[in-house]
Amino acid sequence: MTAASVTQAPPRRRLRDRLPVLHQLRQSVGLQRGMLVAGLIMLGVFILCAIFAPLIAPYGFAQRADASGSFGTQQPPSPEHLFGTTVGGYDVLSRVVFGSQTAILVVIVAVTLSLFIGVALGLYGGYFGGWLDKVMVVVFDAIYAFPSLLLAIVLSIVISGGQSSLWGGVLAAGGSIIVVFIPQYFRVIRAETVRIKAEPFVESAKVLGASSTRIVFKHVFRNATRTLPLIITLNSAEAILTLAGLGYIGFGIEPTAAADWGYDLNKAQSDVTSGIWWTALYPGLAIVIAVLGIMLVGESLNDLADPRLRARRRVSQASGQVAETSVVPGGTLTAGPGGIDGLEDGETFDEHGIEVKR
Amino acid sequence: MSTLDTVPSTEDLPAAGRPKPKSSGGGFGRYLLVRFLLIFPTIFILVTLVFFLMRTTGDPITAAQGGRLGPEALAELRAAAGYDRPIIVQFLEYLGQIVTLNFGDTLTTNRPVVEVLATYGPATFELVFYSLIVAFVVGIPLGLFAAYYRDKPQDAVFRVLAIYWYAVPIFFAGLILKLIFSVWLKWLPVAGRASVGAELQMQALPNKTGFYTIDALMTGNPAVLGDVLAHVVLPATALGLLTAGIFLRLVRTNVIGTLATDYVDAARSRGVHEYRLLRKHAYRPALIPIITVIGLQIALLLSGAVLTETTFEWKGLGFILVEFIESRDYVAVQGIVVLLAIIVALTNFIVDIIAAFIDPRVRY
Repeated sequence: MTAASVTQAPPRRRLRDRLPVLHQLRQSVGLQRGMLVAGLIMLGVFILCAIFAPLIAPYGFAQRADASGSFGTQQPPSPEHLFGTTVGGYDVLSRVVFGSQTAILVVIVAVTLSLFIGVALGLYGGYFGGWLDKVMVVVFDAIYAFPSLLLAIVLSIVISGGQSSLWGGVLAAGGSIIVVFIPQYFRVIRAETVRIKAEPFVESAKVLGASSTRIVFKHVFRNATRTLPLIITLNSAEAILTLAGLGYIGFGIEPTAAADWGYDLNKAQSDVTSGIWWTALYPGLAIVIAVLGIMLVGESLNDLADPRLRARRRVSQASGQVAETSVVPGGTLTAGPGGIDGLEDGETFDEHGIEVKR
Repeated sequence: MSTLDTVPSTEDLPAAGRPKPKSSGGGFGRYLLVRFLLIFPTIFILVTLVFFLMRTTGDPITAAQGGRLGPEALAELRAAAGYDRPIIVQFLEYLGQIVTLNFGDTLTTNRPVVEVLATYGPATFELVFYSLIVAFVVGIPLGLFAAYYRDKPQDAVFRVLAIYWYAVPIFFAGLILKLIFSVWLKWLPVAGRASVGAELQMQALPNKTGFYTIDALMTGNPAVLGDVLAHVVLPATALGLLTAGIFLRLVRTNVIGTLATDYVDAARSRGVHEYRLLRKHAYRPALIPIITVIGLQIALLLSGAVLTETTFEWKGLGFILVEFIESRDYVAVQGIVVLLAIIVALTNFIVDIIAAFIDPRVRY
């Protein structure tokens, strides 16, 4: 690299500006920052609970008695059992804390697998096309239109036969979520691939004699991934909700195998009618905190990546290149009835990124 | 389904089997025909998928009776039901049944699945209908407010609210609503579709429909109608708020989009007040995407209905589905799932047609 080209290159951003979440945190302002911080705190609590569950939880998730005897069933909150005990005689607090482990396990399994499969199929379908691509489009569209919980029920029956151990339950919930998610990744990546395939740099790579594999992974894949973070956060939230939903209708993980928030809520149904609130409230709140945390972070990151959504000076200055984010189906702001173009486009900003009032 | 963060537009909503835009020609009739024909592959794929998935673990008889009967008795039952034949033969026979709208008989109660649908379908329909009303009444005005106060604190509150409604599992919302309003405050009934007295009056009707609102009206007794409506409040709220959050976001984004268009600018420059712009100019065009998105919402609402019905002992399809799951009656489960898939496909079709009728740009 010559000296001349160095001077022309944009100044290298500092490390704290380049770290993914930290960078967004710094560029956010006001309410936007509030949302992001709140989301990060909730997400942090969720993850810390999962990692340090054995240290945080006073008892084991399948423990019903300690040295001083049995816990008793449906005991109201007390110093020994801060969140009370369940109808099965378990400590609610311990099960809530350990439940985060199960939830995070499902998120990891479901998101990783569906991401890999969906992206691979999307790249293949988008780049090579052919009859296999057409079949996949039709099949995935059909799956996409299907009520996801029903599909999850069918898959749960298939995978675990209804009753489950820890891994049986995780795989049943994870597996059913994977099948629902693959179409989403497929659609997004396929659409991006079709678009990128027509770009001149792909053509020049072809002319230079690059193999299809190289073009797909080096040129197309790298450029097709910008919408993925948002979908990943949405799907993680969705995974937790599906696991809870399955547990709630009776496909939960046995209490001796693992703690499952959905299972606990299922058992709490009759408690609520008799006014026992602690068995339902705490597992439910745990789900809300985990899902809300993930969604707030995803939502804020998405907003910050797209200045058209949030018109603020620091944001538009710092965010640089605008990546339009489109998620299944339709896309974020691709069009209102009036079309995309009128919506806070570049003209509302002057060259310093300061918002211009019209 | 992650429909929360998606803002479908009238232009490109790739719903199931929507034809890809190729030419700008073709009238409404042609669009209708193509769109109608595309229902069939969708239904076929779903039926095939569900059939083979359910059979990978074995046949329904073994699932229901396994462990309880000896191998000979089991084999006899299986042969009687035809489950010992090659799977392809069974599949073709199943397809034939579906075409003639025969979804099999339940194992536990030995009733045709279609009859189960006729008995429990109206309850689910009623629940989904009322929750859509809740979603409209709550979601659209709040979306307008959020658009009016865009980028102000009020807007942020509404947006966080919408995310919150989405993050709360429907059944948890249901349990908490029940705890507060039924158990503690005793304002509303705890569960069910009507109290026993009202139910008896409606059962006595000569031509009852199963739609309790209609039945209650036919009894001519305002107390019965009040009872039915009191029962619907909590389930419809629990289920409706989820969709309300989605409507809120959709209306907000679309109204903001419309407020920036040229014709609104023109009105603004004539001195029309911002509030009037919102109400008279930007409001209606922003509703078109709502119609489109309802099609997608139906799938979500049906998933939600399963959970809501379990919470409130609302005797609809979701409630009975969970009961069949518990008794391992997988013929019934498969029948109901396939039926719901067909309903979703048909609803999507109807919604698409309505959207195309209202907004010609959809037709390509």
